[in-house]
Parts: sequence; C-alpha cells; structure tokens
Amino acid sequence: MIDYTMKELMTIMAAREIQDGDIVFCGTGISMVAAMAAKYINAPNSIIFFETGAIDSKLEEIPLAVADPRVMYGAASNSGLLDAFATMQNRNTGDHVVGILGAAQVDKFGNLNSTCIGDYFQPKTRFSGSGGACDVASFVSRCLIFMQHEKRKFPAKIDYLTSPGYLDGPGARERAGLGPGGPTAVITNLGVMNFDSESKEMYLAFYYPGISPQTILNNMDFQVDISRAREAEPPTQRELTILRERVDPHKLVLQ
Amino acid sequence: MNLNRDKITTLKEAIETYVEDGSHMSIGGFTVNRNPMAAVNEIIRQGRKNLHCYAHSNGTGVDELIGANCISRLEIAYGGNGKAAPTCIRFKLAIQRGQILFEDYSNYHMSLRFHAGAMGVPFIATRSGLGTDILKKWGFSKEIRVKDSRLPDKKIEVVANPFKDWGGASNVVLVPAINPDVTIIHVQKADKYGTCRIEGLNFADIDQVKASKQVIVTCEEIVDTDELREKPEYNQIPFINVSAVVHVPHGAYPSACHNYYDYDPKYLNQLSKFAKDDTLYQEYQKKFIYGVKDHQELLDLVGKEQLEIISADKKTGYATGLDRR
Repeated sequence: MIDYTMKELMTIMAAREIQDGDIVFCGTGISMVAAMAAKYINAPNSIIFFETGAIDSKLEEIPLAVADPRVMYGAASNSGLLDAFATMQNRNTGDHVVGILGAAQVDKFGNLNSTCIGDYFQPKTRFSGSGGACDVASFVSRCLIFMQHEKRKFPAKIDYLTSPGYLDGPGARERAGLGPGGPTAVITNLGVMNFDSESKEMYLAFYYPGISPQTILNNMDFQVDISRAREAEPPTQRELTILRERVDPHKLVLQ
Repeated sequence: MNLNRDKITTLKEAIETYVEDGSHMSIGGFTVNRNPMAAVNEIIRQGRKNLHCYAHSNGTGVDELIGANCISRLEIAYGGNGKAAPTCIRFKLAIQRGQILFEDYSNYHMSLRFHAGAMGVPFIATRSGLGTDILKKWGFSKEIRVKDSRLPDKKIEVVANPFKDWGGASNVVLVPAINPDVTIIHVQKADKYGTCRIEGLNFADIDQVKASKQVIVTCEEIVDTDELREKPEYNQIPFINVSAVVHVPHGAYPSACHNYYDYDPKYLNQLSKFAKDDTLYQEYQKKFIYGVKDHQELLDLVGKEQLEIISADKKTGYATGLDRR
C-alpha cells in the first residue's frame, strides 16, 4: 500500500487530465504543481504558460505567484497580459489551451465564484476576484477546476458568477456569445466530477479509494448522478516520486 | 507631451507635483513583482486622499494604499498577493467594512482598457465575461459616473456583433478606455529623459504608461542615453511618455525586480500577520512607512543582510534557493 496525501492525489488526478501537446494555463498553488507534474510524468511536450505573459517557462523552482520571477527564467518569451490572453483566443494556439482554475464556490454547471460570499456590495467574505479566471473560462475549450469538497462550496446557487461554466445549461454559452468550451473536470479532495455532454450538469466520475459516493453527495448542496462513478486509480510510486522529488521538494504547495 | 529635457527629480518632488488628492491613478507591476513601492510609501507619507485607483492585479502596492486610507474608489481585477496573502488583507477588510467604493473587472478587461487608453480609442471589444456578474454588478452608480467627467457613463456594455457572426461571436463586450491622471512604474533601467528598459515580463506597464496624462518612473539604475539607444529594440517606453524620472535602488522592495532582487518572503509574511490586526498594522505603518523619511531608511531597517539574501542570481534573475515558506 502506497502512502499519499489527499493533496498529492488531487494533483495527480489533474495531471492525468493533461495531454501531451496541451498548452496549460496555470494559476497559483496546486494548479501550478499539477501542470509541472504532468510535464514530468505524462505530458513531456505540454507547455506551461501564465497570464502575466511568460510562455514555456523553465520552472527550475516552483513559482508561488504568476508574477513570480521564477516564471520568467528561461521562458520562450516574456511579454505581458495582452499577449497571454491572446494565446487563448488565437486561432492556431487557442484550441490547445487547457485552463486550471480554483474558486470559492462552484455550481452544477461549473460556474465559478472567486469574488465574494454574501452580498456583492456588503460581503460577508471578500476574495481576490477574477484576476484572469473569467477570461480563461470565457475563452478556452477545456477547463480543470480544483475545489475543496464542502457543502458550502458546492451550493445550489453561487453568490456571484465570476467565471462562466455552462451558465444555465445546454446552449447557454452560445446564446450569451461565448465560444463552445467549458469546464471538463472538477477535482476535489474526495473525487472527480465531469460534465454530461447533453445536460451539461456535473456528475461523479471518480471517487477516491476509501471514499464512498454517498460521502461525496453528503458534501454537496446539490445532487449529482453517481451511476457512472468508478474508484480512482491511486497514485503510482513513479508519479509520487516525481511529484515529491522533482516538482515540489520543499513542500511549498503540497505541505 | 514630454520633450527631451532632463527629468530627474526626487521622489518627494515627483509625488508632490503629479499626485493630488482625488487623482485617478494606476501603478505598474503585478502581485509580487515590480510594484513601485518606494513611490507608494511616499504617497502615504504625503497623506494623499480620495485617490481613484485602476488596478489589474497589483499586490502590495494597492493594498498598502488602501491600508493607509489613500484610496476611496477602486476598479480592480484581482486583490491577491501570492502565498503571503491569497486575498490582500487590507483590501478584503476595506470591502467587508464598506470603507471603499469598488468595482470588479477581469485582468483582460483591465489590460484592454489601458490598451484602449494608450491607443486613443473609446473602447475595445472582447468576449470575456459574457453571462457573468462582472457585467451585471456596477460598483459606481450612474450618478457618480455622470458627475465625474473622468468616468464613462456606463461600466461596460454588451452589443450584438455588428459584423454578424464574423469571428465566430454573436455578442461582444465593450470595455471603456482608461486614461489615468498619473501612472507610476518601477523599471530596471531608464535614462534621464525617461526612456525605459524593462527586463522580464512587462505585465501591462507599457499601456498603463501610454494611457496616462503624467508618468513617474522610478528605476534601479539611471543609464546613459547612448547605452539604451545602442539596442533600441530592447526599450519599451520612449521618453515622450514620461514626466519624471527618479533613481531609487530597491524601489520595488518588498516586491521583486527581475535580475536585481527577489520578493522578500520574510517581509511579506510579516506584513500579512500585521495586516490582519488593526493595532498591529498601525504599528507596522508607524515603523516602516511613517517612521522613515525615505526608501533608503526603510532598506536600512530591513538590513543589508536580508537584502543580500534576496539579491538575484546572475543566471536565473531571482534568488536561487531562497527560503520562501
């Protein structure tokens, strides 16, 4: 039996979603670790880029912000925000971009709130706000979302819609004027959810070893289909070794 | 327009001249990088009030200005500052306590708005944010907008694509141009006339500068004009856009300046701890901002040893192996 932490499993589950040749848009924290893990484990030709304008950074040390000087070192190009967001929309590069996002709340259509809890003008808790998240969610064809699996973070209705998922269901993105993309996976500390191709609603795809589908339902404010759920493959020794020794040896993110 | 005259001045004079109570302003940099911190602290010391600030993802700089009650109105995409403050603490508190008027955008919205300002067009179209609350929730009322000639009457507008479905879009979002009264950036190199060379990422600095009526540049080094003009393709900002140049080594500290120094995790972690408590934060401000007469005195408080620890490695441009826990 291999020992691993939930954070390590989440990172590996996300890394497995990244395909060789993907251009990975990275935020801070666990998304950065997942992108780096994918590059070293299963997608050596994936390219990591940042909204600040660094493309294919060398990443000899793990950056702790998207403007960390560590994203600048050895990059193919260092420019600015306009270039980074153009990469997601460009006819040649845009289709290859996969975004990784996190949020305070997600609803069943994968819409994200990273702005506030409570009323927008007098919030109970204020968060950082969109940054580039709304832009990524608007532009790219595939998005991975990291979440902590708690009832309050999976509400029936989110308090503020910062970043568009499938809005209010099938065809809604197109009606609003967005491209056809949208979220593909929500990766949590209990399992992984995907989105039904017809209804655009979240369903349980994987539950982690030792976690029952019912436990997952108990930690959500809305119900999801669990009929397609399978137990996730635990991380392999190789995946863990690369993650621990190559990606985040000082446990800056995976503490 | 700023002609080819020697623009070197002191930070005190530059802030006195170009930043007034009620100024619409923006600062350069992004989260932990190249915030013009020496200038920010000087604004705080001079007690500017009611600033209207335009921010994409400015970290420590905007948070310190909010913490010192300099900003009363804020247009912002992201109030976070890396590991030390995933949500900027004084920003969070000011909003939760109803102390400032604020309005949310995305980073692309804000970058495009500066770009429109730099280009001299009234707005730019994008598809970002369609269907979101960013388009629906306005922080500034119609009345405030109409009263202030520096603000457009609307936050943002969605229109049908006038070219039908050209480009694959049925609707587009129009984001209005920003033209700040003053923008302050910190760069690695500038000459005495204001031509700038930024190393590493430029973020949105270039458009912020070109959109602004007045521009203050602080820099690590003042270099000869001949040196910059030997490789003009490496310069991003010509002197015609710049009003004042101030030589401030470590002027972005505690944020990073690529190839010169890293961000200071020790300072930023300590600041986060203080910022959570009003009394501690006041003590912090008293010691590190009001208690020093200029940036050099702040650096003296931090000490040579700590500055040595964060000094950039020649190869990587950052402090290789720096303890960032």
